[in-house]
Amino acid sequence: MDNRGFAQRGSVDIQIAHKAFAGSKGPLVALKDILLTIDPGEFVCVVGGSGCGKTTLLRIIAGLETDYEGAVFLDDKQLSGTGLDRGVVFQEHRLLSWLTVHDNVGFGLAGLTPQERSQEDRSRDIRHYITLVGLDEFEYEYPHQLSGGMSQRVAIARALVGRPEVLLLDEPFASLDALTRMRMQQEILRIWQAERTTVVLVTHDIEEAVYLADRVVVMSPQPGTIRNVLPVRLPRPRDRTDREFVRLRRSVHDELFAPGATAHLVADNF
Amino acid sequence: MTTAEQNRRLAWKGASAERKPQPPDNLGRIYIPDRVLGWIIPVTVLLVWELLARLGMLPPNWLPAPTVVGQTLYQLAVAGDLLKHAGTTIARVALGFLLGATAGTLAGALTGYLPIARKMLDPTLQALRSVPSIAWVPLFLLWLGIEESSKIALISLGAFFPVYLNLSVAMRHVDPKLLEVGKLYRLSSFQMVRRIILPAVLPEYIVGLRSGLGLAWMFVVAAELLGASSGIGYLMVDGEMTGRAAVILASVILFAVFGKTTDWMMNAIGRRLLGHRAR
Repeated sequence: MDNRGFAQRGSVDIQIAHKAFAGSKGPLVALKDILLTIDPGEFVCVVGGSGCGKTTLLRIIAGLETDYEGAVFLDDKQLSGTGLDRGVVFQEHRLLSWLTVHDNVGFGLAGLTPQERSQEDRSRDIRHYITLVGLDEFEYEYPHQLSGGMSQRVAIARALVGRPEVLLLDEPFASLDALTRMRMQQEILRIWQAERTTVVLVTHDIEEAVYLADRVVVMSPQPGTIRNVLPVRLPRPRDRTDREFVRLRRSVHDELFAPGATAHLVADNF
Repeated sequence: MTTAEQNRRLAWKGASAERKPQPPDNLGRIYIPDRVLGWIIPVTVLLVWELLARLGMLPPNWLPAPTVVGQTLYQLAVAGDLLKHAGTTIARVALGFLLGATAGTLAGALTGYLPIARKMLDPTLQALRSVPSIAWVPLFLLWLGIEESSKIALISLGAFFPVYLNLSVAMRHVDPKLLEVGKLYRLSSFQMVRRIILPAVLPEYIVGLRSGLGLAWMFVVAAELLGASSGIGYLMVDGEMTGRAAVILASVILFAVFGKTTDWMMNAIGRRLLGHRAR
């Protein structure tokens, strides 16, 4: 174990030797030999085509998949199962249709006892995160009254309200329209800078990965392995038309489509 | 905005205002609101019926005029019979529905929550469901006698199945993605049920309760026709025995009114519980 996490919490050390799912023709290997260390406060994007195991990787970190060979450490502590030290946002907002925005965000604290978090603390935190995601005016609206982007903001606030050390996002903007997606990408950067949490975002959108990440983890399928890790040293806010940005996008693309890689990608940006 | 632009806007507005909204053209050129449309046939039938009865073209002991039926209802009410019989029937429905719905809720929740309970219980219950419920009547009479218990049992049986089925299926189909959210925030099993499963199944559960209530009304008629000394069903049998068609028709109206009213109440409660959800 290194001790890079001493200054700030939220270092993630992933050591997955093997993860398989039961298939009709025997076990399907989803992940193999995944070694990745994420620094506290780092923004990491995992990019890869469908079936490369990137979502499985995220679900293992989240504690939703527990049947695998290996271990994941958060601040040098081995993880087992889910916990409020990690916040998760899925592709679908997964809000509860019978709760208001306020109560949906508060749902992120539902597993805590009144001793662990008092009623006043809850209300204050819920308000804080609703403000952070810019939904003050919609605090008492119901999910069906919200647009796709707004619903995803609520999901982000719910994931953050337990004050996690790591925020895990699984293709969070994939089902949004292009303009909303770009706005949400700026928003997640702003939220990340305000909260200083470690962020792991899974995506199949190369541009999104290069726009957001400190490091882009490129995965290839069958079995899911890390193909390469590319640092992005561009200052933020990044210009998507900048020469260096385009060059990086190209190298991620080449990495994905290199000989041997069989990823099926949305590469309409090229 | 320039004057030219304003003029263009005005011209455009004027053009659109010239096209008058067309009323729905449902009966030639006469416009009739939808709510009124539904009344045309029943009111016409009643009027024709009344007219034919008054003209002596309908045998009054078979098909008395609507006004005679109305009078019969009034007389029943004044004599206190209406209150007595309706009260008995409503009490039976209420008790039978309460028992049946409670049992249906328990069985539905159990089989919906625990797969092992569903595998053990559901085949038996489905087999029992395929028996036409009236077929149980002789057995109920044998076991529970001709008094209240057998009637209540029959009504409960009617209310049980829709509640059981709807709840059990709904609980099995709660979105696993939402349950995963509960897991993420480390909810206990009890919190999972209270905070996710129950609210998620509520719409289907209310549908089950409504159909259960409908069947409870159906079965109270059956139970009272088969042997009772009070109740609206008894009133019907009495009307038949004494050859008073007006009493039978009055009873039919009472069943319709009570059935519809309780269904409306249940619906109102359901709408209140479901509150602001998207339809």
